[in-house]
Amino acid sequence: MVDIWSGITQAFWLVLTLDAELFEIAGRSLYVTLTALAIACLISLPLAALIAVKRFRARRLVIAVLNALMGLPPVVVGLIVYVILSRSGPLGVLGVLFTPAAMIIAQVIIIVPLITSIAHQSIRDLWQEYHDLLISLNVTQSQKIRTLLWDSRRALLTAALAGFGRGIGEVGAIMIVGGNIDHATRVLTTAIALETGKGEFALALALGFVLIGLAVAVNLAIHWLGQTEREGRW
Amino acid sequence: MELFPMKACAIESRRRGQQLVGPIDLTLEGQGATVVIGPNGAGKTTFLQLLHGTARLSAGRIDWACSTEEARHHQAFVFQRPVMLRRTVLENLSYPLRLRGVSKAKAEERARDWASRVGLAQLVTRAATVLSGGEQQKLALARALICDPKLLFLDEPCAALDGRAMREIETILQEAKAAGTRLILSTHDLGQARRLADDVLFLLGGRLHEAAPAEAFFNGPETPQARAFLRGDIVE
Ligand SMILES: Nc1ncnc2c1ncn2[C@@H]1O[C@H](COP(=O)(O)OP(=O)(O)O)[C@@H](O)[C@H]1O
Ligand SMILES: [Mg+2]
Repeated sequence: MVDIWSGITQAFWLVLTLDAELFEIAGRSLYVTLTALAIACLISLPLAALIAVKRFRARRLVIAVLNALMGLPPVVVGLIVYVILSRSGPLGVLGVLFTPAAMIIAQVIIIVPLITSIAHQSIRDLWQEYHDLLISLNVTQSQKIRTLLWDSRRALLTAALAGFGRGIGEVGAIMIVGGNIDHATRVLTTAIALETGKGEFALALALGFVLIGLAVAVNLAIHWLGQTEREGRW
Repeated sequence: MELFPMKACAIESRRRGQQLVGPIDLTLEGQGATVVIGPNGAGKTTFLQLLHGTARLSAGRIDWACSTEEARHHQAFVFQRPVMLRRTVLENLSYPLRLRGVSKAKAEERARDWASRVGLAQLVTRAATVLSGGEQQKLALARALICDPKLLFLDEPCAALDGRAMREIETILQEAKAAGTRLILSTHDLGQARRLADDVLFLLGGRLHEAAPAEAFFNGPETPQARAFLRGDIVE
């Protein structure tokens, strides 16, 4: 109990004094996850729409792979990315291991299946609803996809939020590929793991509260973005 | 451009080896309203979709006076259960125009015009999905008419509507007909068939049992099945 209380006060204090190190770490957390989220959405949303409306041969395979990837433990993703990016690995020449870039890559791999899967479900439902009308109106493939993406935008926002939640709280993969290097790859989750290991529970808790605050703030911000739509129903 | 006469030659729809509709031969001229009647499961929906081109022909062919693509461009279809885009009434109306590259301002202007023609002027900013059944069907009808189709299909447009909504829909249909739109609608409501039909197609078990001018059909149907259907007996 004492730890929790002092964690709260310390978190409050760190934020209030604009603690430089805290802001650096929290900023990096946001940078890594938001970048990964943006890249993941660029991949996931068109992919989800495609597998929802198009009947191609590899469709079932793509869905099976996505589902399998969704169940993959982040640590394992981290390990695989590590092997690929390590000096002797196939992409070792890039030299991005132990940089935020490697962490972004790992997070993209972790959240793409999640976002694609959620987005796919809602786009597929909408496609069933719209099918007859859109076929009758003789829409082109791209008109169809744009209509479905636009009209399911609220569900897609939810999918993106789920992806953000998974990314910002993820620790295993980015610990491995980032290395938790001070002033380089340390983010909130890896810092929490480190401080807990050192027995600095109050500081770890403080960082934890900042992490929660951040996640809630981003959720609210994105939610508010959606709310500014005139009719907030969809 | 002219769509008619349309010639359907031995058209059929089969699903998993089962004969749903056909073979049917039919020639349609470019005037008036054709009403497709028949009991549930007779194949009315499938038949309309075959003509419209949204159901696959298992056999046979359909020839329009112009190319199939051009013919399709001048058709619209209103479904038994209206499909509402998750958008406002105005956006639902302007959607087909926007697909055809009409500017947003122009599309909205015409959408407003059509909204007031079908009595939805007060509801243009409302979400289409929260409208009543009758309002939704009127919206679907206006959305189908907004591109000035030469041929409009309607699949039991009033199946789930009460008397007043049905009358409003029929008024709009009469106006469209007077303006030169060719109508093909299915119904199992004989009253509606009598009010709207110039020609009648009587469908039963996927087969075209009778095709006749409305007056001739209602006064003296030729087949015993049609006579039974007009009497209100259960025909299968
Ligand atoms: N997609 C489908 N697959 C298999 N059978 C179908 C399909 N659609 C319709 N049918 C069958 O075809 C017959 C005609 O259906 P339908 O055209 O909907 O008739 P109606 O509109 O006159 O009620 C029915 O027996 C129905 O069960
Ligand atoms: Mg039907």
